[in-house]
Amino acid sequence: MRSDIVPRVSEALFFAGCLMELMQPDTCEAAVQVLRRAGVRPKAVNRAVCCGQPAYNSGFVDDARRVAAHTLKAVSKATKDPSEPFIVASGSCAAMISRHWPELFEGTRRAEEAKGVAARTVELTVLLASRLEKTADPAHVDDRAANGEGETKGERRESVVVLDSCHGLREIHSGEAIRKVLNSAGCDVLTAPGSERCCGFGGLFSVKMPDVSVAMADEKLDLLSSMDCETVVGCDLSCLIHLGGRAQRRGLKLEFKHAASVLADRTEIRRTSRRQ
Amino acid sequence: MTKEAAAYVERTSFDVRAREALDDKRLREAVAYNTGVLGEKRKTAIAEISNFEQLRNAAASIRESSISRLGALLDLWSQNLTRAGGRVHWARNAEEAVAAVRSIVDRKAGGNGTHGTIVAKGKSMASEEIHLNEALDEAGAEVVETDLGEFIIQLAKEPPSHIIAPALHKDRFEVADLFTTDGGKAVSAEIPEEASYARERLRKVFLDAGVGITGVNFAVAETGSICLVENEGNGRMCSSLPSVHVAIMGMERIVGDLEELDVMLNLLARSATGQALTVYTNLITGPRRSGEADGPEELHVVVLDGGRRAALDNEFSSALNCIRCGACLNVCPVYRQVGGHVYNSVYSGPIGAVLTPILRPDDPAAAELPEASSLCGACTEVCPVQIPLHDLLARLRAKHSVKSASRTRRWGFKLWSLAWSRRWGWKISLVFTRLALRCAERFGALPALGWLGNWQKERDLPRITNQQQWGKARGKTRGEGTTKAMEASRS
Repeated sequence: MRSDIVPRVSEALFFAGCLMELMQPDTCEAAVQVLRRAGVRPKAVNRAVCCGQPAYNSGFVDDARRVAAHTLKAVSKATKDPSEPFIVASGSCAAMISRHWPELFEGTRRAEEAKGVAARTVELTVLLASRLEKTADPAHVDDRAANGEGETKGERRESVVVLDSCHGLREIHSGEAIRKVLNSAGCDVLTAPGSERCCGFGGLFSVKMPDVSVAMADEKLDLLSSMDCETVVGCDLSCLIHLGGRAQRRGLKLEFKHAASVLADRTEIRRTSRRQ
Repeated sequence: MTKEAAAYVERTSFDVRAREALDDKRLREAVAYNTGVLGEKRKTAIAEISNFEQLRNAAASIRESSISRLGALLDLWSQNLTRAGGRVHWARNAEEAVAAVRSIVDRKAGGNGTHGTIVAKGKSMASEEIHLNEALDEAGAEVVETDLGEFIIQLAKEPPSHIIAPALHKDRFEVADLFTTDGGKAVSAEIPEEASYARERLRKVFLDAGVGITGVNFAVAETGSICLVENEGNGRMCSSLPSVHVAIMGMERIVGDLEELDVMLNLLARSATGQALTVYTNLITGPRRSGEADGPEELHVVVLDGGRRAALDNEFSSALNCIRCGACLNVCPVYRQVGGHVYNSVYSGPIGAVLTPILRPDDPAAAELPEASSLCGACTEVCPVQIPLHDLLARLRAKHSVKSASRTRRWGFKLWSLAWSRRWGWKISLVFTRLALRCAERFGALPALGWLGNWQKERDLPRITNQQQWGKARGKTRGEGTTKAMEASRS
């Protein structure tokens, strides 16, 4: 491996988000794996807990700040290098940190610190897509394959439907990124009609106005079911869990997966097929 | 919150009304279809021009500057309009606005009350805001809405459910029923037949009306004009056929000059109905002048404050930039499911959820409206004047939560934030949550309490996947040599 071609392994801070840590520890691990293959050495911010979004969106700003401050401190302490990216494996948390933390901490003694972290926060698939761009020189196809990109002979492609999350789409603009990384990992990426419309999760909206939330989920599920493809992939676990819970109740044959776990599975498939 | 207030909020809660709307299949189909069509038309119309985003930027700054020098612009406008022969009436609230209109209509009737005076009315959201029709009806005038959508909902005795398409929640069969009852003879559910019924019915109203009432889309300070856009020609009839024209305008609807108006009109029609321009754009500067063939003898403009002035200096003032295009309603996923009536306000959808609590700061039912959003941001994305609608919704929630959230909710968030701002608190809740979800897997469900119950009513709880691995991996992803450790732990 020539070091001038393949991007240097760089360090980055990593935070899976509270929901993923609570519900899907294996997806957290998958994310770490995927990052490694893309040439990033992730350092988990062990003391990070939550970005404060549930309280912030409910209007409990002080409580949100208290929780966010803990995570902010943890991120600041985890590195001395202010240029180190802070990778977050959830679109809505990444949006909360990069878009709303500066406002949340405005006028407090952590204002500058929050701005700094906000500026270097990047969502997982956005970071992966930017790594792809750096290595997208056709002359280095072998190295790209080693990084889990591009085509490998005899590999079976699979179809997936992308679930666009609202924060991903509108606040951090990751709609293109997730498609790009899935595609380069050997997925045929489909987009359902009405993909830009909210699935009805909306954080605590889903339990404050459950009937409207479920009505929105049902419309989304009907559109997803029309795609003839059982795997739905997104970069926001919360939306996936909401739709998954509703799909299960309705007995629909749909599987909801986080992009990290699909990407990890794909690289595994690729390694196996290369060995054969 | 007092007991009575709490009971009132409970009775009229958005969630309760939404549930009713969700059961109305006909309404949901009509709303989803019509908002879908309007949304698509908007997309096409903005794709036609290459400088849409530039226009949006321009419009946002025009609106901002208009709002920031509102007093001066209104003065200039009213001077110019008065010079052109118009009369301006300033109304601080709904009562004053209604009184102003009533006195004009009374005078027209010759001082003997307003018996028998026919009032031809064009579309005006400000007039809905002050409940003008009820007041004039009470006074004995006969008010007829002449905008087709408004005419339909007037017959149905309903408030508008959409800012620009007030009868958007009705299908043609419902319209046929309403017209049949109104005319006393059968009108079929064929659109041309319905249109021709309305045309004939309303033509007579235009000819007989003593007073015409319209809204105002924009007032132009430099010329003293009011601008009225419409597609049916009824606005022009109302403003030119009767001998008295009364226009009702929200005080924030002003622009500096015709150049600014040009930007706003371009955006308004494209955002609202997907047209390059509406079919009729009326620019009215005073009543009929001597030697002119038509136009009213008197022109009155009632300028309504109605809570706007109070919002000028606070953090929500950008909501006053709104030009009432309705684009945010058409893309709102909540509005799409339940329609406009559930907002219990003249203004529905995202802008309604923002404007209503601003204009009615003391109404506890209005304070709840900002909750009716998943904060998906689709509204902010389409707003032609760049109002950060979903941010305002979140901020309004903050204002409300400080004032009047329930004690349970306040303490709940406090305890949660105390726990999740320390590592051990988080670990304990981690253990509890996982334990609870394991129980749910085992026993099928958890107790249906509060939010937990709300989730489970129609959704299954999530399962925890592979709990052990990440704890180990997380410890090992720190520091040097982690790759090897990871590989080792996996093999």
